[in-house]
Amino acid sequence: MIMLWNILFRLLRLIGQSICLALGQIWVNKTRSVLTTLGIIIGVASVVSVIAAMSGLKAKVMSDIETFGTNRIFVRPTRPDSGKYKNVSWSVIRFKPEQFEGLLEYCPSVSCFTPFDSERDNIRYRERTLERIRINGIESAWHTIESRPVIIGRAFSVIDQTQARSVCLLSQRLRDKLGMNRDCTGELVTIGYRTYRVLGVVEEKPSMSMIGGDSGNEEFEAFIPFLTMYRNSGNWSWFEVMAASNSTDVSEEAKAELNFFLRQRRHIEPGEPPTFDVMTIESEVRKFQEISAVFTMVASGIVGISLLVGGIGIMNIMLVSVSERTREIGLRKAVGAGSIAILTQFLVEAVVLCCIGGLIGLGFGQLLTMVIAHIPKVPLDKAYIPGWAVLMSLGFSAVVGIFFGLFPAVKAARLDPIEALRHE
Amino acid sequence: MSGQSVVIQLNDIRRVYKVGTEQIHALDGVSLEIYENEYVAVMGHSGSGKSTLMNLLGCLDRASGGIYELDGEDTTQMSNSQLAKVRNEKIGFVFQSFELLPRFSALKNVELPLIYSRQTIWNRKELAGKALERVGLGERMTHRPNQLSGGEKQRVAVARALINNPSILLADEPTGNLDSKTSEEILALFRRLHEEGQTIIMVTHEADVSCHAKRIIRMRDGKVISDVPTEQDAVWEHRNTGAGR
Repeated sequence: MIMLWNILFRLLRLIGQSICLALGQIWVNKTRSVLTTLGIIIGVASVVSVIAAMSGLKAKVMSDIETFGTNRIFVRPTRPDSGKYKNVSWSVIRFKPEQFEGLLEYCPSVSCFTPFDSERDNIRYRERTLERIRINGIESAWHTIESRPVIIGRAFSVIDQTQARSVCLLSQRLRDKLGMNRDCTGELVTIGYRTYRVLGVVEEKPSMSMIGGDSGNEEFEAFIPFLTMYRNSGNWSWFEVMAASNSTDVSEEAKAELNFFLRQRRHIEPGEPPTFDVMTIESEVRKFQEISAVFTMVASGIVGISLLVGGIGIMNIMLVSVSERTREIGLRKAVGAGSIAILTQFLVEAVVLCCIGGLIGLGFGQLLTMVIAHIPKVPLDKAYIPGWAVLMSLGFSAVVGIFFGLFPAVKAARLDPIEALRHE
Repeated sequence: MSGQSVVIQLNDIRRVYKVGTEQIHALDGVSLEIYENEYVAVMGHSGSGKSTLMNLLGCLDRASGGIYELDGEDTTQMSNSQLAKVRNEKIGFVFQSFELLPRFSALKNVELPLIYSRQTIWNRKELAGKALERVGLGERMTHRPNQLSGGEKQRVAVARALINNPSILLADEPTGNLDSKTSEEILALFRRLHEEGQTIIMVTHEADVSCHAKRIIRMRDGKVISDVPTEQDAVWEHRNTGAGR
């Protein structure tokens, strides 16, 4: 035990001494050292800023999702890749409104739902016509799910919806664009070839950068009852369903209930792959996190190649250092330095060099990150260097130092003292 | 030969180099004993094997055959790290070209062997300071080698060699790079160390230098051709007879 402590103590002392020596050596060759570590500096700076950008992107998306609401569920028809529905026509796959009747009774974790369809059409108010405006077919639950209430007038009533009445809601911006009064309820507008009575005004979308934003902030929207739109299309349309679970905690239950309910309603035999897709924001978030993790890894891996190039620079300069200091190595051996001591000295020097490079690189990475965060119109203002990236880049620098310092250090340790002392 | 105990015992030491297919016998059966507190000069022309002998005595090299005992321990069976330890603790080297590390102060240079021994950091400075005072450089501890004269450099090197109280001080042409005045200084220092009880082995080809030693070993073609007290050596005789004329 005492032996072990002794060995450990001597090893630590050796490393401590080597670090002091290495710092001295690096200080003597300041310019050379900085130039040598340039590869490491650039490598670490770029890896770190890529990670920072990815972290910023992730943080942005996550905060968007927070405002978006995490209890949202999307259901849409899909054609499975296998099973007996593999080759059926889309008209079989598509949803029909009657398939969703009684959904809330069978799915207790679902608080509300709305079918949702969307198209583009011209809208006219008096003399003013706007072309290709987005028209959404919704039911009143949509306002709850999307958190976009009717701020003037009223939402669609059950009668509006079941009778497929020609009524509509306008977004604030569309109302202004059409030149209508602030309270435009009761006015008549023409969408396509049909005339609709305006029931009210819907709040604008909250500004959101990353998701749900097909430059959505600029868009003008009109809303008509879903059934109205469905009827207009001759009872043939491709629509989706939006729902909300009671809370984020039960979103998985809600998903399972919806799956069960729809399989039954769409008469899918057990074992067949479903002809629809139920997505919760939760599972999308998880997917996004997986993708962003993979992307971070790949991106930093590619950038990490520059670290390897930096490592080769380190190896080169260490070889120069060994041959420059051959006599010194010979002398050290003559006065009693063992091979291990010489090996440690040069290895530690390479590692210290790399770690200094890593630290400088981190500094530059932080600068780059701050620059990235302040580029206007790029949604990376949340870019930051996570703690694990700091540790990782320093650790990686040290590994590069060990890996590329080993060969020169072994070369130094193997020098014959007599030959080394004779070296010119 | 005032010493009592044997410090170095060489028994039929051989050192063979292979150059291509040819074998060169740099040392061809050298046997000798060196006692404590002896002051020995090894002389010979280049190629006589004196440098090879020096390297072997300094444990920088291994013999091809024979037995070398230092302080009663057989060094021929030692591992490399054991040899490094022996070099550190029992041997002090003084080189022709001083071999000081230019970036370090005199004190740091003298400390160097202690880095590889078991001394604590606090002891090192003190020991190095004492060693420098011993060679008369107490006021020049913080000077770098390029701020020191040749003689001072060599005295720093001697202080470094003495720092671990070695059994033997090995000097390889210690005055080879010095002018005659500073050579005298160094030789005076060696004489003093010898009087203080230090065992010294010195390689030289200069008769003026070797006559300071008490015993002269002459080598030729890897063999010892004469091993006598200085008074009986040809150099001494030549010098004295020469002076007498």
